[in-house]
Amino acid sequence: MRVASLVSYEQALERYDPVLGLEVHVELDTVSKMFCGCPTGFGAAPNAQVCPVCLGLPGALPVLNERAVESAIRIGLALNCTVAVECRFARKNYFYPDMPKNFQTSQYDEPIAFDGWTEVEVDGRSYRIEIERAHMEEDTGKSLHVGGATGRIHGAHHSLVDYNRAGIPLIEIVTRPIVGTGALAPVVARAYVAHLRELLVALAVSDVRMEQGSLRCDANVSLRPGPDAPLGTRTETKNVNSLRSVERAVRYEICRQASVLGDGGTVTQETRHWHEDTGITTPGRSKEQAEDYRYFPEPDLAPIAPDAAWVEELRETLPEGPRERWARLQAGWGFSDLEMRDVAGAGALVLVEQTIAAGATPAAAKKWWLSDLARRANEQGVEPAALPVSPKQVAQVQALIDAGRINDKMARTVFDGLLAGEGTPEEIVVAQGLVVVSDETALGAAVDRAIEAHPDVAAKVRDGKVAAAGALIGAVMKEMRGQADAARVRELINSRLVTVTPGSDLASQ
Amino acid sequence: MANLTRLTAAELSKRLGAGEVSSTEVTEAHLERIGAVDPAVHAFLHVDADGAMATARRVDDRRVAGETLPPLAGVPVAVKDVMATRGIPTTCGSAILAGWVPPYDATVVARLRAAGLPILGKTNMDEFAMGSSTEHSAYGPTHNPWDLGRIPGGSGGGSAAAVAAYEAPLAVGTDTGGSIRQPGAVTGTVGVKPTYGGVSRYGLVALASSLDQAGPVTRTVLDAAMLHEVIGGYDPMDSTSLDAPLPPLVEAVRDADVTGLRVGVVRELGGDGYQAGVRARFDEVVALLSDAGATVVEVSCPHFDYAFAAYYLILPSEASSNLARFDAMRYGMRVGLDGVADPSAEQVMAATREAGFGDEVKRRIILGTYALSSGYYDAYYGSAQKVRTLIQRDFAAAFEQVDVLVSPTAPTTAFRFGQKLDDPVAMYLSDVATIPANLAGVPGISVPSGLAEEDGLPTGVQVLAPAQADDRLYRVGAVVEAMLVERWGGPLLDRAPQLEPSA
Repeated sequence: MRVASLVSYEQALERYDPVLGLEVHVELDTVSKMFCGCPTGFGAAPNAQVCPVCLGLPGALPVLNERAVESAIRIGLALNCTVAVECRFARKNYFYPDMPKNFQTSQYDEPIAFDGWTEVEVDGRSYRIEIERAHMEEDTGKSLHVGGATGRIHGAHHSLVDYNRAGIPLIEIVTRPIVGTGALAPVVARAYVAHLRELLVALAVSDVRMEQGSLRCDANVSLRPGPDAPLGTRTETKNVNSLRSVERAVRYEICRQASVLGDGGTVTQETRHWHEDTGITTPGRSKEQAEDYRYFPEPDLAPIAPDAAWVEELRETLPEGPRERWARLQAGWGFSDLEMRDVAGAGALVLVEQTIAAGATPAAAKKWWLSDLARRANEQGVEPAALPVSPKQVAQVQALIDAGRINDKMARTVFDGLLAGEGTPEEIVVAQGLVVVSDETALGAAVDRAIEAHPDVAAKVRDGKVAAAGALIGAVMKEMRGQADAARVRELINSRLVTVTPGSDLASQ
Repeated sequence: MANLTRLTAAELSKRLGAGEVSSTEVTEAHLERIGAVDPAVHAFLHVDADGAMATARRVDDRRVAGETLPPLAGVPVAVKDVMATRGIPTTCGSAILAGWVPPYDATVVARLRAAGLPILGKTNMDEFAMGSSTEHSAYGPTHNPWDLGRIPGGSGGGSAAAVAAYEAPLAVGTDTGGSIRQPGAVTGTVGVKPTYGGVSRYGLVALASSLDQAGPVTRTVLDAAMLHEVIGGYDPMDSTSLDAPLPPLVEAVRDADVTGLRVGVVRELGGDGYQAGVRARFDEVVALLSDAGATVVEVSCPHFDYAFAAYYLILPSEASSNLARFDAMRYGMRVGLDGVADPSAEQVMAATREAGFGDEVKRRIILGTYALSSGYYDAYYGSAQKVRTLIQRDFAAAFEQVDVLVSPTAPTTAFRFGQKLDDPVAMYLSDVATIPANLAGVPGISVPSGLAEEDGLPTGVQVLAPAQADDRLYRVGAVVEAMLVERWGGPLLDRAPQLEPSA
């Protein structure tokens, strides 16, 4: 049904209680694929990482990658799941050109891990998310639709298929319905995915790069009149591939469904596509059109029966829990609760941690990741982690500032250079001739000229209006084309205009 | 020199080892025989004369150089077209795979090559191994060397006929419900379905993954044991492969003795529905085993009566999924659409599958798709799996009482072309005695038991053993073979009509 204009989010929340369900697909970063020995590296030439098995050639058979099972079990344990004593793979049958066998080897009614939970924090409140299951499956290939305007299949002239991704191990983590989040539903959804991502990084089982598709989220949303009402009809929005989009897509679906219901309509159970550019979802397959996947146990693979002692060994390898980790980092960095939430919310916890490890102070690490770099990531529609700027480079830039070689403004130019792939911070500084002018004679002359040109401002500063000095600093910086050390300029202005007496200094404190 | 194509593989092995004959001569003789009689028999879909001769020359060179070679090095072999052969077309008897040349070898094929067996070519079969007559091959049927107007069994009729017609001393086949053993019975040859997991399935184009098993097709029990030892054993590329050594098989043939052996005659596999001549020859074999010192008892396996129905749910279910990959996207046939300018991938898939699959394949894909579909799964696939468990229990109970089970291999002798084509169930019943072994994963052998009086055509006796006791098949098979050959005064195949070389 067509909705001319949506009700506002506030209106939607007044009338309905949202319920979420999140399915997250994680690509494991195993060296080889799920069922064959092909490499899994991202960015290889199309169809360069394929063999008879992952191409589904007639006669080829799968052999299970034990490392993938190990990662699946560790993820399950980290999510407080029960690990299956014995489980099997199943075939999910449907036809699609990027699926070599026209069935996906997956797990159906016997997941490797089930009945778990985890906790996420939003605005100082903790939300317990129940995990229904975490199961193993193989990824499909990738279709590239050529000739259409949108890159989608409709209107495309022809399609190319790259099977490099086919057979890469995936873990699908499915929550039970998430209730009681109210207006925070979109934020909780985002926080959950961010939390999972941190967890997966800590487990070192995936590189979790959302923009490369190694972590993908399907968001189920339904509305009901109130917390005591039965669950409403849900939609499943597919391929929401950034933290920001998770929040936006959930929010959009809440508004859209509220509009449909408010007009006396009914929500159709269907899959929907998220459009990053326009910020809306559009219908995919409806329940009536849904495929019958004809699941049955995969006869080419033996059941998996993880040895109990091995599972316990793996439990020992789990990293510290997210709460312990949070507390440890906060204490070490000296951040407030609000600062910690800002960092985590920006998806920069690990980045800040690594930047500090590379030598920057916590304040400097936070400053760059949450301001300039966050803005640039936002402009490009990617996560900060996806920027071609590494934590180590951020620390190097800060070191240049600390050494007095560049100032903050020049640092932004260095970041531009890094984003453009122009080399290391040092190389960019040299190539662009960035250098803070600390020639005292030149600076002093510029300061004198500024005071002379702005007698009214100078008078204010003399009268104690220290803030007015900003205009003078600006004038000096302009003359020096930004290549001056602003702190030194202020000192020089003060030395000429402000008479500091020990008494007044003490009195002002 | 004796006609090299008449010699057994064991005899050829001996003469090759002694330097009395070269592999080049042996391979050439078989290629000539193929050229002479295959136009009438049509056992082969593809003959790789160059490849076979190249292997033969290499083996001869190595032997001349003094290398110690595996026993069957230099003895040519024919390979069922269901096995992937690097550089040699592989069609599975289907139009949909016409022209496909695999870039890799099935493990069975790799082991044949490693053991120095020249591969003569690929043998005909029912499309994707679905059938009991080779009439479902997209490339025309194979003719039974005993009577060119009759079927050679199926699905591996090509391999059995090639061996029976002396076009190859050895062949390999696959057996999902009897596709090695039933052709063996109706062509007067030996066929073995090993224990499930005993021979790698890697590179066998799957019909029903949980039932398929590759095995030897030969003229003698000893030859089968020798070939089985080449192709069998653990393969890390097949997750269902048994990680255990094969029992000694050639040794079992050489030490054949059934004294004190307990032999069970399966009550459910005989009687009504079995041709009189088949039953008569079977009864003689049972009497011979008794004379040879075996203890013969009757054994009941009550759930075997449901094996056929369970099999025709499990097989099509797995097949419907296994055959989904033939979609025109990556290999094989691709069909355009008349009058459709820019067909979608789905339209091309559907049109190709419509054009590329034969009726029997479509029938089973439809059956399997239905049996697995939501709402029917439990009643069909689920129930069939329960029956399968009951059949496994029947075997387990029977093997507590006896060491091996025996039955006729097939209920009838070779029938005429077209006789059962319009009656799928009648065709399916050709495998009624062989199916239980596949459902339970136990090994079975078919050994010639004579000629039926009413039509003068070959009959077979089947021996079944517990999983991983394949050696018992060879022990019993060798005793039966030796006693019958002595009674007949020579191999049964000596009584087959001489095939006239075609012009």
